[in-house]
Order: sequence, then structure tokens, then C-alpha cells
Amino acid sequence: MFPRPIQQSSTGAQWLYTIALPIALLLWLFPLLGVALTSLRPASDLAQGNYFGMPSGIAWENYVYIFTETPIGQYMINSLWVTIPTVIGAVSLSLMTGFALAVYGFRANILVFFMFVAGNFVPFQILMVPVRDMTLNLGMYDTWYGLALFHIAFQTGFCTLFMRNFIKALPYELIEAARVEGVAEWRIFWYIVLPLMRPAIAALSVLVFTFIWNDFFWATVLTQGVDSQPITAGLSSLNGQWIAQWHLVSAGSILAALPPVLMFFLMQKHFIAGLTLGAVK
Amino acid sequence: MAQASDVTMAAPVRPPKRRMNQRTIAPWVFLAPGLFMFVVYVLWPIVQSITLSFYDWNGLYDQDGAFTGTFVGVANYAELMTDPAFEVSLWNNLKWLALYLLALPIGLFIAIFLNQTVTGIRLYKSLFFFPFVISQVVVGLMFAWFYAPNFGLFYLLTEWITGQGTAILADPDLVTYGIIAAGLWPQIAYVMILYLTGLNNVAPDQIEAARLDGAKGWRMLWYVVLPQLRPATFIAVIVTVIGALRSFDLVSIMTSGGPFGSSRILSYYMYEKALSEYGFRMGYGAAIAVVLFAIMMVFISGFIWKMWRDEKER
Repeated sequence: MFPRPIQQSSTGAQWLYTIALPIALLLWLFPLLGVALTSLRPASDLAQGNYFGMPSGIAWENYVYIFTETPIGQYMINSLWVTIPTVIGAVSLSLMTGFALAVYGFRANILVFFMFVAGNFVPFQILMVPVRDMTLNLGMYDTWYGLALFHIAFQTGFCTLFMRNFIKALPYELIEAARVEGVAEWRIFWYIVLPLMRPAIAALSVLVFTFIWNDFFWATVLTQGVDSQPITAGLSSLNGQWIAQWHLVSAGSILAALPPVLMFFLMQKHFIAGLTLGAVK
Repeated sequence: MAQASDVTMAAPVRPPKRRMNQRTIAPWVFLAPGLFMFVVYVLWPIVQSITLSFYDWNGLYDQDGAFTGTFVGVANYAELMTDPAFEVSLWNNLKWLALYLLALPIGLFIAIFLNQTVTGIRLYKSLFFFPFVISQVVVGLMFAWFYAPNFGLFYLLTEWITGQGTAILADPDLVTYGIIAAGLWPQIAYVMILYLTGLNNVAPDQIEAARLDGAKGWRMLWYVVLPQLRPATFIAVIVTVIGALRSFDLVSIMTSGGPFGSSRILSYYMYEKALSEYGFRMGYGAAIAVVLFAIMMVFISGFIWKMWRDEKER
């Protein structure tokens, strides 16, 4: 193990490590903690310049305010309307593409695979004008499904890479054996491969959820109003209205950050397996 | 598996010819929906954008629904050459690229720091990873608060050290560095997690053998550990480069490209040209996007080439 386990060091070094850990964490999460604390500070404190001293009270009313006086609740619902269909869509499509690319040795296989991988890395701006134009022409501009359809298509690239590598790592004999028995290809997919894909599905679901929840660029390009804008774009426009009202900006930020943070905490193992692209096990 | 064997019992034995046929068609049936979506929303738009970069178009159609753009050849690219805002954006992109790579050594350092087995270390690891999970919009707002003039902690810190506070987001010379620092925060967290998983897999016997040979500290890291971390390093470089070139959210949230356009980067400048109140020059925007795409393709090709080599070795 590298570095040498701290247990083998002197007592002094062990003490130092025990103290250094929480201090390092505090410094590291400082912007997050600062904003979390500011979100609970009464507006009057900020007006009097009391930014970092003892707050005069805990102001839950900041959260009550943004829920009752701003459409932040609506924005969060909009986000769910985009995020959940995208997760389902991208995971289903990539289960099939991943299966096709992992199991069949047809000639264009590697070409199609690399196309998915390469497409997954292109800058969004090269897609922006045509995708926006197409969405407008199809009458899907400023709707949750217009945004979700694009996300499904784009995330399929990344998900295919992951699914394909995952299926490749499964024992191929299972499929061979089924073929010898004369099982139809789609039944092999449905009854043999799919039940083994649960960890991959979980990993991709949490990852795609986080990516899409946090997406800002496409939200600004494909949606406009309160009725369809997701939380990231909504928070950005609210920020424009709340100039320097940091207690509100902070409360909004914390709310926007909460769902992916919860998702990460609940599904940590899967999340990390997905992020390392399965390449580092 | 019980289900699977039931199926095998039920399925009739087909003649081999038909089975081979099924096996040539099946991959395309499975690929069709995903491939269709990907071609429509990703591949075809790339072709369209490249075409559009040779046109002058305001994004509108005439009454009959016909395209109103005019072909201008390479005029958009010629204009880019003399556009000072484009030059600023390109330079800033290079700064992003170079400084973002700092995420690698810093991420590795934190990973080594956290690679211990003391009580509660798992919680520490996940809390260190936090910044990556949060939306960049929120990260941008957090750093804007941190940098805020007069009361932001960074401002107070510079005031305390130099006697004069620095409002970093209002300073044309420093603003890009301020935004990059905000971007590094989640990026370091990502690299850290890649290295933590990598460190988990370092062969213990090799470390022990090197230890017996008297290797420690830096030499151990450089000659024994880092070579074993190569897969993690490779992915870390790729995601960091892509992250640097993709960044848009932070600039948009923290400065909108300002002050005086000094924090623009290609992705944001493109958006400004094509979709903001500064105008709807779709063709010119597309030309900027093509330049960004070309830069990105260098790295994408490298990645694909490496993957192709690995595939052949298998």
C-alpha cells in the first residue's frame, strides 16, 4: 500500500494526521460551508455588514421566501421532468447499442463504437445552432421533451461506451451456450444479458441523473420560460434579479445542489464505478 | 438463470442458415434506435455546423420557410483572424487548458493524503469528492460570493496581506485566473477519485519489494507507483482536457465574459455571437465552434487511437 500506512508511523505523526484531516476538509469545503451558512443568515445581518460573525438568528425564512415568492419549486419540478426521462431513455438505448457492439463481430463494429465515443467528447457549441434550429422547427422549443430528447441522444454516446465494456467483461460462454441451444438473439439479450446488467444500470442512472440535473448550457439554449426551464437556468435568471441578496442566492444554490448530492450519498459505490469509466477497477 | 434455461427448453431448434441470418441482422436491429438518435442529434449537426460556417445567416427563415442565409465562402474565418475578441478567447482557452492540468498533481496529492485506513476515512473521501457532484452554476455562485468585493473572504484576505483588496472578477488581467480556480475545484475532486481508485489497485508486493530495496518517498512515487497509475492518469488527462475546453457555465455565471470581454473563452464567445443580445450571427458563431471542434479533435483522436491499440492487443 502506498503511502505507508499511518499506523506504522510514530505516535506524533499519527496525531498530526488525525488533526490535519478535519482541517484540510474544512479548508477544502470552505466555499460550500460559507454559502450554506449564509443561506441561513437573516437579511438584516447582511445589511449591517455582519457577513462572518455570529448570526443574530437562524433564518429558515430565506428558504420559505424562495419557495413562496419565486418559482424555484417549479424549476425543480421542471428539472425532474427532463432528468428522469433522459435517464430511462439513455440507459435503455445504450443497453441495446452496448449489447450489439459487445456481442456481434460485424465489420463496421469498431467504427460505430468509436463514433459513439468520439461524439461523446465533441464541444456542445458545434451542435448548438443546428440542434436549436431543429428543435424550433419540430415545435419542441421550450418544452421538457425537446430538451430531454437531445440529452437522451447525447448521453447515449457515453452510456454505450460503458455498457459495451461491461458486457464484454461478462463470460461469453453464456451466450455461446444459449446459441447452441437455438435461443433467439433477442431472448439472449432479454433473459441472459439484461439480468446481469443491474450494476451497470445503477451506475449509469446515477451518473446521467447528475449530469443532466447539472446541465446549464442546453437548458439555456433550448428552454426559456418558467414553465420549462430547469433549476440551473432558473437559478441563473433568479441570480440576475437578486443582485447582491446573498442570503437568497445562497439558499437557491443549496437547493439546486441538494438532489445530486443526495443521489451521490445514496449510491456512492455505483457513482464512482461509473466515473472511472470502468477502466480503473 | 432459471428463466434463461426455461427459454432454452421452449425455443425450437432452427436450421443453421436462418440462425446465421438472424445473427447478421440482430446487431443492426439493436443499434437502430440509439444510432438513429445519435446521428440526428450529434453527427448530422456537426456536418450542418461546418457547412453553416461558410454562410452568413441570422437564424431566420422567410415566409415560405426557406433558408435565408447567403454563401460567403471563407469570409467568416477570414474575419476571425482579425477579430480581437476571438484572439482573447483563444488565449484564454489556452490558459484554461494549461492551468486545468494542475488538477492532476493536486488531485494525486490529495488522493495520497487520503489513502489511509483510519476510522471515518470513507466519509472524508466522499466529502472531498463533493465539489464534483455540484452543478457548475452553483460552484460559480459560491466562488462569486468568495470573491465578492468589500466582504468576500478572498477580497478581505488580499486586503489583509497587501493593504488593498482585489476584486478579482472585476480585474481584466486576473479575472480568467479567478474563474479557472473555481473550475479547478470540482476538477481536482474528479482527478482525486480516479487516483484513489487507482491507488487501491497498486500491487502491494511490488511496493513491498521496492521498500526492501530502500525506495521511499518521491523515488517510490515516481518509479514504482506512478507507472502503475498510468490508466488512471490517462483518463484523468482526457477528462481534464475535455473539461477545460468544454467550460461555459462558469464564465456565463460569474462574469458573462466581462469585464470588457476579458474573460471570454471560445465556447462563450460563440454563444454570444450566435444567440445573445449581441446578435444572431449563426454562421460566424458556427465558424468559432468549428475552431473549437478542431482543437478538441486533436485530443479526441489521441484517445481513439489509444483505445484502438488497446482493442487490438486483446
